[in-house]
Amino acid sequence: MLGLGYVLLLLLLPLGFIFYKTFEHGLAPPLDAITSPDGLHALKLTLITVAIAVPLNTVFGVACAILLVRHKWRGNFLIDAAINLPFAISPVVIGLSLFLLYGTTGWFEPALAEAGLKILFSVPGMVLACMFVSLPFVVRETVPVLQEIGTEQEQAASTLGANAWQTFWRVTLPAIRWGVAYGVVLTTARVLGEFGAVSVVSGSISGQTQTLPLFVAKQYDNFNLPGAFGASILLALLALATLLAMNLLKRKEAA
Amino acid sequence: MGISVEGANKSFGDFQALKDVSIEVPEGSLTALLGPSGSGKSTLLRAIAGLETLDSGRVLIEGEDVSKKPTQKREVGFVFQHYAAFKHMTVFENVGFGLKIRKWDKRKIAQRVHELLDLVQLEGLADRYPSQLSGGQRQRMALARALAVEPQVLLLDEPFGALDAKVRKDLRTWLRRLHDEMHVTTIFVTHDQEEAMDVAGQLVVMNDGRVEQSGTADELYEHPANEFVMSFVGEVNRLGDHFVRPHDMEVVLDPDERTEEGLVQRIVTLGFEVRVEFVLADGTEVWAQLTRSELQRLELREGQIAYLRPVQAKSFNGSPPSSRLRGASTPLEDHDGGDAEVSAAV
Repeated sequence: MLGLGYVLLLLLLPLGFIFYKTFEHGLAPPLDAITSPDGLHALKLTLITVAIAVPLNTVFGVACAILLVRHKWRGNFLIDAAINLPFAISPVVIGLSLFLLYGTTGWFEPALAEAGLKILFSVPGMVLACMFVSLPFVVRETVPVLQEIGTEQEQAASTLGANAWQTFWRVTLPAIRWGVAYGVVLTTARVLGEFGAVSVVSGSISGQTQTLPLFVAKQYDNFNLPGAFGASILLALLALATLLAMNLLKRKEAA
Repeated sequence: MGISVEGANKSFGDFQALKDVSIEVPEGSLTALLGPSGSGKSTLLRAIAGLETLDSGRVLIEGEDVSKKPTQKREVGFVFQHYAAFKHMTVFENVGFGLKIRKWDKRKIAQRVHELLDLVQLEGLADRYPSQLSGGQRQRMALARALAVEPQVLLLDEPFGALDAKVRKDLRTWLRRLHDEMHVTTIFVTHDQEEAMDVAGQLVVMNDGRVEQSGTADELYEHPANEFVMSFVGEVNRLGDHFVRPHDMEVVLDPDERTEEGLVQRIVTLGFEVRVEFVLADGTEVWAQLTRSELQRLELREGQIAYLRPVQAKSFNGSPPSSRLRGASTPLEDHDGGDAEVSAAV
């Protein structure tokens, strides 16, 4: 009962209120905001960041988890600690650190300028920032599952003639897939909603480097409350869709 | 041919699991690696499969040195104690795994898998998942999976260790019959001497990373090389420096110069066999194995005094026979100090 009240007060009440506020003056104002060129661009940019950052972090996360669990060596504790850094560091600080590396006075600036690449105030920088903050999720969700399944199935596969690659695709990956999938959902949710780090590196230029969360903030600053709420709801729906897709997959698997 | 291991050494940190181990396993034989836990038997088996890398020494399969080959190229069938079933695959997919890896044609895979499921008596269960099988069924599936690829050798690591007593016994008999049909060189690891003797033609007894003795069950039982083997392959009483099997302890009611006085402490009837526990005058506890009818003839009661006469005693060191075993003294006098076997009475 208490738990339910807690959830109600902390989560559902504010969310419900957003819904109420959004549609207070009918469907038109929020829809207008979302379907404005800037709104649509923000949506597109958000989806692009997800499409790049999530697969990369998934591949890295799984590889890293396998390294940590299956290949014991002394440096592992360092990797293990480093992977938790994004959890510990404020996203704003992460954004600033990228600024120092890629900014006009940054370390990589000369090389990047020569190559004609622009990281900051453009999509690559935003993707980098999202990858940084969402790095730990797949690793953290995969490591315990890998530990739990043990090595016997993999050894059995090798006695049956499977090489390391075949063993990974046919035995290890199917065995850890729900751990990985859960990590992917969390990564996606985080990338969708990332604000701090992205806002530092993107410059939040409307119609150019604005993801949905930045768009929401901008609308709010401009006193366009229905627009801000509309975009918020869109964001929430995207996250919900991710969760739903995962549940459907899982149910199909169980059947 | 078959399998040979030459001078194998393997350490895990400070623990030396294998100490200069060499074994010969004849082609087509069914050999048991027998020993207590930590004796190195599983490590040796895993080294043959390539699942452990030896620090030094060689592994030969069918005369070929496979020491440098990775597991997937050694063509060994391996059965794990806890089945190592692929949980996300059906029984059919599990058994067909090795064939799929070898890129067999789908129809041929189906045919072979069904042959094997027939062999291991799991015909109707092809579409089940391992979680829907009993332990015994899972282990038979694992065996079919290992046999599917027609391995040169079959290696079983405590294959019945996780099963209950009844299923164990059934599977034991079944494995022996299967081996009679297939004739694939087979090594299986166990810590259960009864299981080893029941199933295997050849036994290799290991202890503390070394091979203590190898031979047939009879050879090990009748001519154990040392105290460890003697006590590991059967029950044993210790009388001073001598070892006597409980069924070689004759119980009589009248003392003579070869008997030892003992107090009957407990009589346990285990079906046909009766276990009579004695305490000797010096506090040593020994027991004798009698038949039911012997017990009835002697009319033994707990708390009474009876006399024990060791029929056969063994000594594994050079010291002269214990004075307590008076009866054994005569034939023991000329023993060579090695693993002399003595006949005390008769």
